[in-house]
Amino acid sequence: MSETAAASRKSRRQGGAWRKVLPHLVLSLGAVFMVVPFLLELVTSVKTFAESTHTPPSLIPHPFEWGNYAAVFDSLPFSHQLANTILMTAGRTAGQVLFCSMAGYAFACLRFRGSGLLFGLFLSVLMVPSQLFLIPNYQIMQWLGLLNSLPALVLPGMFSAFGTFLMRQFFLQLPTELGEAARIDGANPFQIYWRIMLPLSGPGMLALAILTAIWSWNDLLWPLVVNTDPEKMPVSAGLAALQGEHLTNYPVLMAGALLASLPMIALFVFFQRRILEGIAFTGLKG
Amino acid sequence: MKRMGHPPRAPGKVSPYPRQSTLHRKDARWALLFVAPTALGLAVFCIWPTFQTFYYSFTTWGPFGGHDWSGLDNYRELFTDPELRNSLISTAIFTIVTLLSVPIGMVVAVLLNRPGMRGLGLYRTIYFLPTVTLPASIAIMWKMLYNGDYGAINWALGLIHIHGTSWLANPDTAIYAVAVVSVWGSIGYNMVLFIAGMQVIPRTLYEAAELDGAGRVAQFRHITIPLLSPTIFFVTVITIIGALQAFDLVYMMIGKSNPALAKSETVVFLFFHKAFLDSQGGYAAAIAFLLLTIILVFTSIQFRMQKRWVHYE
Repeated sequence: MSETAAASRKSRRQGGAWRKVLPHLVLSLGAVFMVVPFLLELVTSVKTFAESTHTPPSLIPHPFEWGNYAAVFDSLPFSHQLANTILMTAGRTAGQVLFCSMAGYAFACLRFRGSGLLFGLFLSVLMVPSQLFLIPNYQIMQWLGLLNSLPALVLPGMFSAFGTFLMRQFFLQLPTELGEAARIDGANPFQIYWRIMLPLSGPGMLALAILTAIWSWNDLLWPLVVNTDPEKMPVSAGLAALQGEHLTNYPVLMAGALLASLPMIALFVFFQRRILEGIAFTGLKG
Repeated sequence: MKRMGHPPRAPGKVSPYPRQSTLHRKDARWALLFVAPTALGLAVFCIWPTFQTFYYSFTTWGPFGGHDWSGLDNYRELFTDPELRNSLISTAIFTIVTLLSVPIGMVVAVLLNRPGMRGLGLYRTIYFLPTVTLPASIAIMWKMLYNGDYGAINWALGLIHIHGTSWLANPDTAIYAVAVVSVWGSIGYNMVLFIAGMQVIPRTLYEAAELDGAGRVAQFRHITIPLLSPTIFFVTVITIIGALQAFDLVYMMIGKSNPALAKSETVVFLFFHKAFLDSQGGYAAAIAFLLLTIILVFTSIQFRMQKRWVHYE
């Protein structure tokens, strides 16, 4: 037995170098595959239209056409659309963080009749594909006279069963003694929520806020349905509308796409750990 | 707390404080207040619309608004409509190809999740990048890559003397081409879930296996896969649910005037088309319910099959 162990140890030592290099080789090959489309977009965004159609594709633009970034603002109501996206994202995120933390707190910390049933109803919403809501939601907006308006983009996105679930799970992790102690001292549930639970739930709310922000920023189908006026669209729908046009000016389109992607990429790089933890948390405890 | 000091803690999760029930006497009224906004919002924008859509699926819409009860007509049409059949086929292709992101994401996670792994953060960032990128941006970069005349893919294929097609305009390749982008974009998300799942597996198991002379492959087969099976199951389920609802990439990469559209339209694309461009809301509602049924059936089949291969501790 000691012989075979020694032999396997020996073979392992010989394979040691390979063993260290091979994973990196595989991973970096994959990384190249992941990054190349982004690099191509970056490079093309500063090419002239003529150069962008050359084969083989040039790696370094000659000349650098920085004007593409200005041209985006001329060929699209780009600044309007960017503003719409920012306001839509801010509105939905603020709404979800507030409302979901409230509901999550009630489900986690308060005792009331029917809470299990109501929570089950919330969860069942998660099972339904969102396309089922589209037609009636469109009609609601039409009925309210809100088509082609900012509130139409924001309103349905302010409430979330998923966010409520996330916040409930988060509150359940906090020690119950804190709330109970405050109750004995005569605090009411609102004071406990506002003064004790909210300050402690910063990480949970941040995770929810970031996930909501990314989802809102990139949302396409609802804006496409409800705001058909280019001036009222968010940039996700604006860029999508531009793609159908016959002669696609790729460099300008790519400059716009990059500009519009940058804020969420920056947010991700900055809050990376929080975001990944949030996804793992919701993904695996669901 | 001040009044009571620290009472001796009872074993288990029993709260050390007395008068539990009286403390929670007024909870119900407060709870109503706290739950009300989300409950109302979900009722108006999700729950009621589900029933409304169900009702619409039994109606026929006129070209100038208004709708009439038409019984099961829409559902009957589902069985004969060639457009719908095509959309089911392309959705199936899209879903099957997208599922490749599950094993790939797992391999990436396994390679990353090793003690003393260098560059973990950088790799993770790179693989995850597509998940946070604007879908329009992803669509544009890949349209350029796939372009038949000056796309980088055909140029690279030309180097090995293969004459590539116009990937997105060719009805035989378009949906596969979009699905590849979907794989590319899903690897990072799945990787994150797998890494989280693997962190729960105790290191000591691998150390013990190593002492017994088990190689990497044996460790992977006999430790990683069984202990990771709940994660594999979960990732597979959410990948399928997501892929069955494919819309964004198909809509942007295969435009309305594309000759390949007829053979590449997914179910949700067809739904969008019928509901908001053709004003056939009733038929669209039936399509949406078909989609719900498909998702529920698939998910329940998977839940049933999991007993055979998923190990829970």
